[in-house]
Amino acid sequence: MSQYDVVIIGGGPGGYNAAIRAGQLGLKVACVEKRDTLGGTCLNVGCMPSKALLHASELYDAAMGKEFATLGIEVKPKLNLSQMMAQKAESVTQLTKGIEFLFKKNKADWIKGAGKIVGPGKVEVTAADGAVQTLEAKNIVIATGSEPTPLPGVTIDQQRIVDSTGALSLPEVPKKLIVVGAGIIGLELGSVWRRLGAEVTVVEFLDRITPGMDTETAKTFQRSLTKQGIVFKLGAKVTGAETSKSGVKLTVEPVAGGEAETLEADYVLVAIGRRPYTEGLGLESVGVTTDKRGVIETDHFKTSAPGVWAIGDAIHGPMLAHKAEEDAVACIELIAGKAGHVDYNLVPSVVYTAPEVAWVGKTEEQLKEAGVAYKAGKFPFTANSRAKINHETDGFAKILADAKTDEILGVHIVGPQAGEMIGEYCVAMAFKAASEDIARTSHPHPTRSEAGRQAAMGVEGWTMQS
Amino acid sequence: MADIMTPALGESVTEATVARWTKKAGDAVRKDEILVELETDKVSLEVAAPADGVLSEILAGEGDTVEPGTVLGKMSEGGAAAAPAKAEAPKAEAKPEPKAEAAPAPAPAKSEAAKPAAPSAQRIAAENNLDLAKVSGSGKDGRVTKGDAIAALETRASAPAPAAAPSAPRELHEREERVRMTRLRQTIARRLKEAQNNAAMLTTFNEVDMSAVMALRTEYKDVFEKRHGVRLGFMSFFVKACIAALKQVPDVNAEIDGQDIIYKNHYDIGVAVGTEKGLVVPVIRDADEMSLAGVEKAIGAMGKKARDGQLALDDLQGGTFTISNGGVYGSLMSTPILNAPQSGILGMHKIQERPMVVKGQVVIRPMMYLALSYDHRVVDGQGAVTFLVKVKDAIEDPQRLLLDL
Repeated sequence: MSQYDVVIIGGGPGGYNAAIRAGQLGLKVACVEKRDTLGGTCLNVGCMPSKALLHASELYDAAMGKEFATLGIEVKPKLNLSQMMAQKAESVTQLTKGIEFLFKKNKADWIKGAGKIVGPGKVEVTAADGAVQTLEAKNIVIATGSEPTPLPGVTIDQQRIVDSTGALSLPEVPKKLIVVGAGIIGLELGSVWRRLGAEVTVVEFLDRITPGMDTETAKTFQRSLTKQGIVFKLGAKVTGAETSKSGVKLTVEPVAGGEAETLEADYVLVAIGRRPYTEGLGLESVGVTTDKRGVIETDHFKTSAPGVWAIGDAIHGPMLAHKAEEDAVACIELIAGKAGHVDYNLVPSVVYTAPEVAWVGKTEEQLKEAGVAYKAGKFPFTANSRAKINHETDGFAKILADAKTDEILGVHIVGPQAGEMIGEYCVAMAFKAASEDIARTSHPHPTRSEAGRQAAMGVEGWTMQS
Repeated sequence: MADIMTPALGESVTEATVARWTKKAGDAVRKDEILVELETDKVSLEVAAPADGVLSEILAGEGDTVEPGTVLGKMSEGGAAAAPAKAEAPKAEAKPEPKAEAAPAPAPAKSEAAKPAAPSAQRIAAENNLDLAKVSGSGKDGRVTKGDAIAALETRASAPAPAAAPSAPRELHEREERVRMTRLRQTIARRLKEAQNNAAMLTTFNEVDMSAVMALRTEYKDVFEKRHGVRLGFMSFFVKACIAALKQVPDVNAEIDGQDIIYKNHYDIGVAVGTEKGLVVPVIRDADEMSLAGVEKAIGAMGKKARDGQLALDDLQGGTFTISNGGVYGSLMSTPILNAPQSGILGMHKIQERPMVVKGQVVIRPMMYLALSYDHRVVDGQGAVTFLVKVKDAIEDPQRLLLDL
C-alpha cells in the first residue's frame, strides 16, 4: 500500500493542477487517471482539440471565402482533413506530455488506472491490464469531471450520431450536420464543420441560444452565426432518431406544440450539455451522495465525508477548465492549511467561434432580476479602427456598472479577440474597479481592446470614438 | 547646532502657519530674540532664539504649515556669523523634515504602505478637495474605490461639520484679484457656518433708554476713574445686566451637547473686540464676581492684548455668553450670529436720540436697540424675550442691579 497526503482521482484540468499545486506545497501526492494520457476531457477531447480545429477551419474559411481575395491573396485551397486532424492530434499529444513533465517536476505520481474510493482514506486503482492496487490517503480529492448528457430517444453511436468527442474526429466533412443543442460546445463544433463546408442546422429546445449568455449579446452572436450560414431552429425538441448507413432521420417537434417534422442529415451532433461523471467512483463507501443532477455537494470543496474533497465539473459552478483549475488551487491550499477561495462571479466564459464571445460577471437580465440599478456602455466593433482594418467588425463590447458607485458588475464582449480581452476585466473586477477606471487607463492603439475602453466611457456618456 | 522648534500650540490646535521670519539665514541672533511669528486658528505665536548665535538655516519658510515639534530652522550657538551658514541656506529649499500637508490639495496616495486608490477615486478627491487618507476603502486590500469616494463626499455634504471647499477655484475675470484667506479668517468663516448650520438661530429685539446709565456715568465718572484707575464705560453695565438676566433665564447660559443640555453655573462673558485681523472674543471669567471696575479693567486688558496680537488660547475658550457691540461702528440694528457652542449673544448698537413717549409726553431720549440672537433649540421665545426685558430693566434702572432684582 502506498501512503499519500493527497490522492486525486482524475487527471484533467482540475486533477492535474491539484497534483501540481500539492507537489509545489510539499505534499506527497498521487493522481489517478484511467485514460492513457493526462489532461482529461480538456486536453484530449475538449478544449484543446476543438481550438485546434477552430483555428484551422477559420483559416480555411478565410482562404476559401471572400476574405483572402479581399486582401489580395488569390488562392484555390484544398482541404486535407486527415492532415488537419493529424496536426490536432500531434499538438494534443505534446500537451499531454507537457503535463507528464510537470508531474515529474513537482514530484506528483501518476497512477494509471481507474480510481475508486473503497473506504475512508482508501483508493483502489484498477489498471488496464486488470492489476489492482490500493492507495492510502490522508485526503482524497474527487476530480472526475463530467461527460456529455445523453438525449433520451437518441443513442450516440459515434458513427452517425456523435457527441463532442466524436465530432472532433469525423472521418469526412459532413454534407449536412445537425447539431442538437445551441450551447457553447454545439456552436463551436457546428462552426468548425460549417467552415469546412458542411451545411449546419442547430436545433435548440429553448427559444434562444446559449442560455446564461447576456441576451442582447446572444442575439448579436446569433445574427453573426446566421450570416455565416448556420441555420437555427429554436423552440424545437428532438424526440427520436433513426440511423442508417448513410445518415440520420431526426424527429423534431415544436416545444410549444404542433406538428412533428423529420430532418435529415448525414451526421448528428448531440451537445445538449454535460453532467458530472461519478460512475464507479465508490462514493457510497464514504457516504457521499450526489444531487439529482449528479453534482457532489460541497462546502468550500469539502464533501460530507471527512477527508474527502471534490472540485471541478463534479461540483457546482461553471463547467469550465479554468474554474476547475481555480478550484484545484484553492482546495489544495485548504488541505495544506492555508486559505483558499474562488469567486465564481469572476470566472469568465468564452465561446471560441468567430466572432468570439466572452463575458464575466452579471448579465443585464441578472441585474434586472436582482433589482440592481445599473448603467450600460456599449461600443460596436464597426467603430474600432483595428477591427475595421482587419475586416472583423461584427459585434460590440458592453460594460455594465452600478448606477451609483460605477463599480463594474458585468462585461460582455462579442467580437474579435473577446477571449483574450476579458482577462483585463476579471482583474478590474477583482479590484472592484469602476468603469471610469477602465476609461481612464491607457489602452494601446490600434487594438480591439480599445472597444472596451470606449464602452467604459459610454457608461458615463462620454464615448469618444462613436 | 540647535533646532528652532515649533512649540505646543494649544489643546485642540494641531497646525500653524509660518507668518513671518524676522531674521534671515546668516543673521546673528541673541537669546530670547524673536526669530519667527507663527499663526494659528486662534492666536499668533512668537518663537524666540534659544541661545546666542547665528541663524544658519530656515527649514520652514513663510506660508509653510507646521506642527508642534516641527523644526523651523537651525542655528549655531556661540559668536559671529559663520561662512558655512550662508552656503547652507539654499538647502532650506529642500523638503522640510516633517511632512506638511497643504490643506487645499489632498495627496492622492497616503503613506507608502497604503494601497493606491482607484484612478477614478483620485479624480474625485482632486476635484472635491477630499482627503483620501480619511476615506475607508472597500476595494481589494482596503483600496479606496470610486464608490467609497462618492460615499465620502455624500457624508461630508450631509454632515453639519465644516463643509468642504467647493471644487477647483473659478477663473479670475479681469479687474478681479484673488487673495488667500488668513487662517484666522478661514477659521472664523468655518465657525460662523457651523453656528448657522447647527443652531435654530433667531433674533429678538428690544430698545433701551440709556439716560439713566448716562446720568450715572456723568455724575460719577471722575471719582470712579480716580478711585479705580479705569474709565467707567457702558460695557460693564451691560455685562452686569446680562449676568442678572442670565441668572433669571438660565437657558441662555446653557449649551446643547447631543441630546443633553448643559447648564452652566458660572458666568464667563465674552466681549467681542475688533482687530485688524478680524473679530476675536476674549472671555471675562467669572464676571459675576467682579465689580463694575473689575469688569472694566478686564475688558481693557483683553482689548489691549487683542490689538497687540497677544491673546492666548485660554483667553478665548470657554465663554458662556457673548456681548457684541456694533454700535461703535454706527450700527443701529443688527442680528448677531451665535458664538458656538453658546446659546445666546447680545448685540449692542448705536445710541441715538429719538423722540419717545414717557408718561404721555413726547421727550427726547438716548435710545439703543438691543438684539438677542439665541438658539431656539435650547431657549424658548418667552425666555429670549424675558432675557432682553431684564437687560433693558437693569440698564434703565441700574438700582435694580444693586438690589439684585
